[in-house]
Amino acid sequence: MKVKSNIATSDSGFIFNPNTGESFSLNPIGNKILEWMRNKKSHEEIISLVQNEYSIDTDTIEKDLKDFTESLKQYQVLEEKTI
Amino acid sequence: MNNKPKYTIAVTGLNAIDSPGPGLAVIRSLRDAESFDVRIIGLAYENLEPGIYMDQYIDKSYKVPFPTAGSEALLSRLDYINKKENIDFIFPNFDAELFHYIKIQEELNNELGIKMVLPSLEQFEARQKAVLHQYGIDHGITVPKSDMVNNHTQTLKKAEEYGYPVVIKGRFYDAKIAYSPEQATSYFNSITAKWGLPIIVQEFVQGTEVNVCGLGNGNGDLIGAVPMRKLYITDKGKAWAGVTLDNQDLLNITNQMVNSTKWNGPFELEFIKTEDNKYYLLEINPRFPAWCYLTTGAGQNQVEALVNLGMGKKVDPFLSYEIGKMFIRYSEDMIVDIEKFKSISTLGEL
Repeated sequence: MKVKSNIATSDSGFIFNPNTGESFSLNPIGNKILEWMRNKKSHEEIISLVQNEYSIDTDTIEKDLKDFTESLKQYQVLEEKTI
Repeated sequence: MNNKPKYTIAVTGLNAIDSPGPGLAVIRSLRDAESFDVRIIGLAYENLEPGIYMDQYIDKSYKVPFPTAGSEALLSRLDYINKKENIDFIFPNFDAELFHYIKIQEELNNELGIKMVLPSLEQFEARQKAVLHQYGIDHGITVPKSDMVNNHTQTLKKAEEYGYPVVIKGRFYDAKIAYSPEQATSYFNSITAKWGLPIIVQEFVQGTEVNVCGLGNGNGDLIGAVPMRKLYITDKGKAWAGVTLDNQDLLNITNQMVNSTKWNGPFELEFIKTEDNKYYLLEINPRFPAWCYLTTGAGQNQVEALVNLGMGKKVDPFLSYEIGKMFIRYSEDMIVDIEKFKSISTLGEL
């Protein structure tokens, strides 16, 4: 889950992919997860960090994180093809 | 003390309309130039080209004959204008007029002392839409298959060969995607009625359009190149907003094209980027595009560099540009005195 180095992010959650020219907005938790990915947190660490901030069960976090990662791959934000 | 030279530069393409010519963008870049000052002469075909009336950009405008009048008529008119204005440099900005300017380039230089930086006639002809596929093969660039046709039977035959949808294109302007033989016939008729024969039938490639505005120095060196993605496209397919990209693949292809063809002068490359990140070259426009002011805004005043090339100055290649720089086009109504319209209509100058 390596975020491409040239992806521009902002505190407000605005993301710009300079390779494709596409831009989109993340909600606060999405923005945090992207930041953790940038800081090279592992999949397990990210699940744990989300759980610390939100009272959600691990299965739900797993599922939502998978969907979120798929979206990031679709927008060509991530380097790797697989989680 | 200001030691900068002052050039008188004539510019065409003043039609800043919904399908805009590049003239105004070129002029704004010329006005931003740091290495010289300018006096701008507008060259217009129609009385209502907005640039004619934009005093803040253009010092004086003249009507010039339509390209259909031929090279001699153009040369004669430019001779008249030059006697009044002492032009240093001309910036032709329309595909349809370029052939004539290339033909009279030597006379303009030798007899009137007017410089231009244009592709050679061979370079100009070799990148024509009708032969672009071969051009791609010759220079190692991927280009969709295409062929030139002269009647609707040939159009349908070629469309059948490529499979629907196909792109039906005019020789210089216009392109439509046909999803059926009926649409192919209809577009053949409408484009022929507007732009004449031949028509180009091109294989359709699905993807995102990305463009490059650049400049070659004729020796195989790329002086500048800025890739852009259109963010908003009008119903005429023109960019109304766009953003500069960080795309090394596009820059590599552009570099290869300029290196292989020894392209001289400005160009716009139009690509389709497919989902699997392949780039298909759709068109080479042998001039700056209407969005070329974005390159100036992003740190590459390619227009200024082109003039300096033409004036024999040493021009170093640009090494970078700002990524994520956007342009957003707008339109506004000018309030114009009828006297000005009268002057350009009756006297052919304003």
